[in-house]
Amino acid sequence: MPEAPVASIVDARGLSCPMPIVKAAMWTKSVTSGELMELLATDPGSVKDVQAWCRSTGNELVEQRTDDQGVFHFVIRRS
Amino acid sequence: MTAELLPPPIPAAFLAVEPELPPLDEAQPQAQKPAPPKTKELVIVSWSGEYDRVMPTLILASTAAASGVSCKVFITFWGLLPFVKKGRRITGENWMQKMLSFMQRPGIDHVKLSKMNFFGMGPWMIRSLSRKYHVATPPELLEAAQALGVEFIPCQMTMDMFGLKREDMIDGLGEPAGAATVIELMTNAQASLFI
Repeated sequence: MPEAPVASIVDARGLSCPMPIVKAAMWTKSVTSGELMELLATDPGSVKDVQAWCRSTGNELVEQRTDDQGVFHFVIRRS
Repeated sequence: MTAELLPPPIPAAFLAVEPELPPLDEAQPQAQKPAPPKTKELVIVSWSGEYDRVMPTLILASTAAASGVSCKVFITFWGLLPFVKKGRRITGENWMQKMLSFMQRPGIDHVKLSKMNFFGMGPWMIRSLSRKYHVATPPELLEAAQALGVEFIPCQMTMDMFGLKREDMIDGLGEPAGAATVIELMTNAQASLFI
């Protein structure tokens, strides 16, 4: 579990490429460095896409898991 | 006889020459000087106004901007038509320009497919499938792209040819420009696409 509380949850469930990434990017514009966000997505492509997006933006993918309903949870720290 | 086949001996003076390399501590600082971080750039030329090409243009542009890549989209020829304001049905001044807009309805809501259009049947099916699979629509993607800072640059020459004015086009577009601007942008960018 992340050490700091997750400040915001961005819900991209049901949305397909590229909307989970677009929503994540919108979130980075509204918060300060170091803040945590949990991104929820159901698009199977988002698993690789979120990792690639974190690599190219420098945001840190703190945690990644799939819940029992098949929803992907990504905890991301704003760079 | 065997002695003649051997290579001539290396002159002693040649072996004595030290390689003239500069000392390491003098050479290193210049080579390792960190270059200022340059924002990556993507330039897309959007030439076609068709649904199946507008979609990848908008998806790649918005994703680039979301990934911190500065993205500019040069919209030219048919590619201008999706960027005409909603409700502008007939554009242009002379009968030919008006006829063009009559035959090819402008606006992002009226983009056609490049194949299997079948008088609107194809786009209707694609839109139904997009809704069913929760794929963002072209207007949604355009809104996202603009919100993330993608710059859409209209082509001045084709705007003139189609009789399109700045007030016919949607808000938030860049200053109209020409080929030389695009060449400069493309040659400075890390990646450029013609869609």
